[in-house]
Amino acid sequence: MNEDHGRYQPLSYFQLMEISLRELLVEKGIVTDAQVQATADDMRSRGAERGASVVARAWTDPGFKARLLADGTEACRELGLDVPALRLIAVENTPDVHNMIVCTLCSCYPRMLLGLPPEWYKSRPYRSRAVREPRAVLAEFGLAIADNVQVRVHDSTADMRYIVLPMRPAGTDGWSEDRLAAIVTRDCMIGVAVPSIAGAAPAA
Amino acid sequence: MNETVQPSFKPGDRVVVRKAWPLGHIRTPHYIRGRVGSIERVCGSFPMPEELAQQRSGLPAQPLYRVRFLQRDVWPDYQGRPDDALEVEIFQHWLERA
Repeated sequence: MNEDHGRYQPLSYFQLMEISLRELLVEKGIVTDAQVQATADDMRSRGAERGASVVARAWTDPGFKARLLADGTEACRELGLDVPALRLIAVENTPDVHNMIVCTLCSCYPRMLLGLPPEWYKSRPYRSRAVREPRAVLAEFGLAIADNVQVRVHDSTADMRYIVLPMRPAGTDGWSEDRLAAIVTRDCMIGVAVPSIAGAAPAA
Repeated sequence: MNETVQPSFKPGDRVVVRKAWPLGHIRTPHYIRGRVGSIERVCGSFPMPEELAQQRSGLPAQPLYRVRFLQRDVWPDYQGRPDDALEVEIFQHWLERA
């Protein structure tokens, strides 16, 4: 809550439109209040766990990794992540290439795998600068990309959604999929961070 | 009936994005219009967004490509490696052979 909590605030244009549309849909019997609430709760509760499980599987199963890079949608279906609206392209970080994702037009994002996008992902500065000066933006996220590494920016402009497959960090040999998944953060899969084993959970 | 326009381009083809400024809902970013790149992959065919936004069917579906551009071809003053790249999804009706 902001400092205006408790004081009268006029509704914004979009708040008013949302309420009007929702009330009309409920009144016409197209949806119920409970359905709207359940969908909103489901979206809010979703995090990046599904994406992390996809990455951990790719790290531990070379066959799965090959299928993921060839057809991200089909590979997700294997893991029971079957969503018709998701058309997924996985882009792989290597010692020579670093990938990052942006949607310059709006905020296209693989919500099915990563949950709701962070506010900065939807901000004008990120959207305009990620395609214009990606190395400067990455540096601001604390990620210095070496001069011998190519940076590839993916502008998610139409029907496909993207996930970065980060490099598996050294020192994780023999780790279980669950333990690996725990070091794969949302930002790693957007490409503004890389997985780190500092602070990782000990072996279970 | 499967109404789909056949793909005109294949991976590796050099293409230029049309330098056009029509009104309406368009999924081709301004910054990439007029720029030359190469087809990275064919993504399949999808209804045209300009038509969908007008509540029409968007059919026949247009092939959608991922086009790879060199950053220095997009931004003449780009600071970074000469092979730093930008990949953008662009519909076929926005592309011409370069």
